[in-house]
Amino acid sequence: MHYRESLSRRAFLVANAAILAAITLMGILPFVSLLSVSLSSNTYAMAGEVTLWPKGFTWNAYRYLGQNAAFFQSLWVSVQRVAVGTAINMILVVITAYPLSKENAGFRFRTVYVWYFAITMFFGGGLIPTYIVVKETGIMDSIWALVLPGALNVWFTVMLLNFFRGVPKDMEEAAVIDGAGHFTLIWRVYLPVSLPAIATIVLFTLVNHWNAWFDGILYMNSPSNYPLQSYLSTLITAINVQIISADSLSLLQNLGEKTLRTAQIFMGALPIMIVYPFLQKYFVKGIVVGSVKE
Amino acid sequence: MLERRQPGWFRRELPLHLLLIPGVLVTLVYHYGPTLGIVMAFQKFQPLLGFFKSGWVGMRNFDYIFHLPGFHQILLNTLVISLLKIVFGLAIPLLMALMLNEVRKIWFQRLIQTSIFLPFFLSWTVLGGVMFEIFSLNGPINGLLSSLGMDQILFFGSNGWFRGILVGSDVWKGMGYNMIIFLAAIVGINPNLYEAAEVDGAGRWKMTLHITLPGMAPIIVLLCTLSIGNILNAGFEQILLMYNPIVYEGSDVIDTFVYRLGLFDRQYGPAAAVGLFKSVISLVLVAASYAMAYRFSRYRIF
Repeated sequence: MHYRESLSRRAFLVANAAILAAITLMGILPFVSLLSVSLSSNTYAMAGEVTLWPKGFTWNAYRYLGQNAAFFQSLWVSVQRVAVGTAINMILVVITAYPLSKENAGFRFRTVYVWYFAITMFFGGGLIPTYIVVKETGIMDSIWALVLPGALNVWFTVMLLNFFRGVPKDMEEAAVIDGAGHFTLIWRVYLPVSLPAIATIVLFTLVNHWNAWFDGILYMNSPSNYPLQSYLSTLITAINVQIISADSLSLLQNLGEKTLRTAQIFMGALPIMIVYPFLQKYFVKGIVVGSVKE
Repeated sequence: MLERRQPGWFRRELPLHLLLIPGVLVTLVYHYGPTLGIVMAFQKFQPLLGFFKSGWVGMRNFDYIFHLPGFHQILLNTLVISLLKIVFGLAIPLLMALMLNEVRKIWFQRLIQTSIFLPFFLSWTVLGGVMFEIFSLNGPINGLLSSLGMDQILFFGSNGWFRGILVGSDVWKGMGYNMIIFLAAIVGINPNLYEAAEVDGAGRWKMTLHITLPGMAPIIVLLCTLSIGNILNAGFEQILLMYNPIVYEGSDVIDTFVYRLGLFDRQYGPAAAVGLFKSVISLVLVAASYAMAYRFSRYRIF
């Protein structure tokens, strides 16, 4: 349909677009600034002279970073954690969602199990008791401390459960007639059909594992066991300490290697920034499906 | 298909139970275990003695906590910061969704949406780091203030400014998520309503006021209601990462307090007591909020 757009309407559209663009820009500029600082000479950076464009362009920070064993060590820990954690999460989500998706008639005690898992979404032990339990089960300072406590994500299980319920019954019946047992059913019928939901859950799980930093700090005794984000968090909390131990004037001297810090933070963000645009639609779909119900 | 009374149902259902065992075990140890471990809140807990041998002190831990001088401030901080985050965290994405909906060019809309949604997927270590570098004394913001002839601001050393940074950065991070939900709601509004309004001579502004906003009311109410259940969670990881003792007064929240009390001061009993206090209230709030959400918007999880 064609409107004769009034002048005020067109003016509004331009202003609207401009405001949106400005807001978006404000969200991007911090990263630009971060990158610029990391590519500047440390003297300019510490003096606060770098805003949006590098001053005294140098790759030094990144060169130094390349030799920083702690950074790469933590990167390796993260890779392991993401791989093992996501695998375990996905397996648990699928094998838990499948039985729970059956009707009550086909699976007695289903309601008991559902309540058993549902309660965990509402009430938990809290930080301190969980910490003690992790300690007592002897998994402190190991990758299992990062993987086991959250191994079953009930929210995703419920999501997948509902999805499984939407699978047409005739598909399952046809397979059963052909002699399929439960495992075959999962593998040959339910999983292939649920690929979009699975993909979304995998992505969210992956991102959550990659971004997790607090459990690394909490459960790892030696910094060499820190995943990447935990390592990065130590860079930030180090500044915290310096804010309280120095007065504002000597802050400038005490802030340490600003360019090295920004370089590491930027590298920590880079993987997500690169991968994200390609996967965005999966995330969007997952959110809309999970939140807006008909 | 599978009938209850059919003989052999157990053999048919056994695999289902087997499949559930790993999930049940993990939940038992790492969720119900700590839940039972809440008994710590009533003990003079010592790690060496464990749950079973530490002495029983009843409500003394709670007494101790509630009479701590700073406790009311902590509760206040938690509520204030949470409420600010909820209000701005819904209002701003709502505005953005309305504005984004008016954009004609799809590529522009996609670009904006993608850019705004990005911070959601970054860790607080990255975003917190960015906040530090931007708002530090030798960062771009203070640089800008200087060049405008204004005084520099110690953002991380002042309670008011720091709360602003907490709320602002949290809104920045979560903006994309809520915006997408709102956009989905806007798209779901019946186009016939708009056509009818156009025939009646309504301009875009009137249409927004009388069609779009009422059409979004259910989802807005829903999100508000669900946020209530979360109100005692004021953003633990973000605050823990960015705060420092100078700003404790205005930004120490329940979770950060529990963290320090339990893991640095090693007062496990009292810390668990605070945690239990928070869990119980949260449970009531969450249950109430889900009940309200069901009544008003027919929202269910299962």
